[in-house]
Amino acid sequence: MEATGIGVWGVPLAIFAGAVRVSTPFIFVSLGEAITERSGRINLGLEGTLVFGAMTAYGVAVMTLSPWLGVLAAMAVGACLGLLHGFICKFPKVNDIAIGIAMMQFGLGLAFFLGKPFIQPAAPKLPAIAFGAWSNLPQIQAALNINVLFLIGAALALLLWWAFRNTRVGLILRVVGDSSDAARAMGLNPDTVRLLATAAGGALAAIGGAYLSLYYPGSWNEGISSGQGLMAVALVIFARWNPIGCFLAALLFGGAGALGPALQSVGVTKGYYLFYAAPYVLTLVIMVATSSPTRSLAGAPGALSITK
Amino acid sequence: MTLEANSHTLPTLDGRAGSLRPFLEWLARRAEPLAITLFAIFVGLALFSLFIALIGRSPIQLFELIFAGGFGTWFSVQNSLSRAAPLLLTALCVALPARLGLVVIGAEGAVVLGGVAGAAIALPLVGDAPAPLVWLIMALAGMLVGAVWLGFAGFLRHYRGVNETIASLLLAYIAIAFMNHLIEGPLRDPASLNKPSTAPLPPDYMLGSIPGMDVHWGLVVGVVACILSWVLIEATSFGFAARIAGGNVRAAQIQGLPVGRLIVGFTALAGAFGGLAGMIEVAAVQGSANASLAAGYGYTGILVAFLARHNPLAIIPVAVLLGGIDASGGLIQRRMGLPDATVLVLQGTLFVVILFCETFYGRFKMFNPDLWKRSA
Repeated sequence: MEATGIGVWGVPLAIFAGAVRVSTPFIFVSLGEAITERSGRINLGLEGTLVFGAMTAYGVAVMTLSPWLGVLAAMAVGACLGLLHGFICKFPKVNDIAIGIAMMQFGLGLAFFLGKPFIQPAAPKLPAIAFGAWSNLPQIQAALNINVLFLIGAALALLLWWAFRNTRVGLILRVVGDSSDAARAMGLNPDTVRLLATAAGGALAAIGGAYLSLYYPGSWNEGISSGQGLMAVALVIFARWNPIGCFLAALLFGGAGALGPALQSVGVTKGYYLFYAAPYVLTLVIMVATSSPTRSLAGAPGALSITK
Repeated sequence: MTLEANSHTLPTLDGRAGSLRPFLEWLARRAEPLAITLFAIFVGLALFSLFIALIGRSPIQLFELIFAGGFGTWFSVQNSLSRAAPLLLTALCVALPARLGLVVIGAEGAVVLGGVAGAAIALPLVGDAPAPLVWLIMALAGMLVGAVWLGFAGFLRHYRGVNETIASLLLAYIAIAFMNHLIEGPLRDPASLNKPSTAPLPPDYMLGSIPGMDVHWGLVVGVVACILSWVLIEATSFGFAARIAGGNVRAAQIQGLPVGRLIVGFTALAGAFGGLAGMIEVAAVQGSANASLAAGYGYTGILVAFLARHNPLAIIPVAVLLGGIDASGGLIQRRMGLPDATVLVLQGTLFVVILFCETFYGRFKMFNPDLWKRSA
């Protein structure tokens, strides 16, 4: 504890800082998955998209020296992976959950294959804003050094929350998600809407990956993701497909994920591996608490296969 | 249509082809999955070749190396079979729940915990008990832990309505964290410096090779498990009930079938096979439980199960094929300078194409005797 200089307050501060730092990929993946699931389809392949986005962003940033070009490139490939998922799921008898697992393995394999040359070189990092400059405690300065993508994610959550309710696009998405038949009666093509929603979801998930490789932990390697893409799917269910809920749940998950490293940093040396399981245990507990065997979940899109 | 569907099971009286017709119908129904799977593998390999050609390498050389590395010599065949052994069990771990309509992908968790349980229970027994007894106890411990782990996912599915795909995967991550905790902490052998492990099994307690081959007994265990699973699904009332529940849960419930017990039973059995795979990995390959248990057998098993369309007998050749592809990874890396992830790209491509080809089922008249003309 003496190592921190501010005593036990180091733990909550580290958890807060970790929550902000760790949650950003969760925010983007869960917002992307919320768009996809609102359209009535589930994309379990976002884990692969996340890692592929991380690799692409890092590679492009190394080559162009611009981290923002890396983020844009990641969005483009993420959208492509989403389009592929959406295209395959259009065909009858194809199971969107199974395709998601396959897309996850495909995305991971391709990312590891193409990312091999980028394990060594260093890429320019995404900028952060120092909100903690007023303090002279280095811990507080570090904790309040907040990345721009986190702020964009927060704004995006608000924007999506508003757009789902108040815009024509939001209405189209919700109609398609609740009933394919109703959508067809309105003259909409559910497959096209879902295709675009899956592509949008893939693009957002890839931003989460770009954050991983370009900011925190800030390097590209094959172990860069530890299941964030999958946990985000569970998180969307917990958040009841509400973008603001996704944002808050992502913060909660980020905090749980920061528990292990935070304890380690204040000198707990034994048993911290168990705390690495905290986000997974939390996800599972939340899923158990919010699911029900007899009724469908409140707010669930009617056409979504995962809640049937 | 309905009339024809009913009449084709009756002895036909219409002409020369009459005696051949039941056989042709049987053949057509059996040929459909085989033909579509082979077509999918062909398309998958073609797409992968295109990818390799696009990055400026020779796909022909690559396939030659895969063949040489997987099946070219007696040595490489033995290597492939050794790698197929755990895949047989982890594929069952996916295939059995799939017959009930569940997508359980957390085999990796059962494997690592089964391995740790086997290693932990062996340590106090080593030296006192004869080796076969130790193996039996290790296997039972591994299977029990695996069964509890995945059975829990089945339990949550049925009694709490929790999606089993996500739950089983989360359980796999929890299992890996738990394994790391145990091998870094309470169970760590102080002598293992670089790679934290449990204390190693003495050489006399290692599960040896099949006589005449350099392949451990896990292969035999895996094949026996596949055959027993096939019998369970195809020839017992328990398996029949599971197939009904997999087809239509409501119908099964109305029939009074114990759907909850079926789901928990099948997921637990699947977990037991996963745990057994982990125990064999410890007793035959690693000698102790360490991070190498999480080598991805659980994830490759998913692909094996889907390629085999969840048929336990079909798992055997598919596991050998994928074991061979796995085994060739090192050769591809050395000879062509391609990353070891080449094998993952191939597997991922095959996986996506196989699932895509599900859409072709029932589309071809030649595989669907109900649509044949009666006097064909």
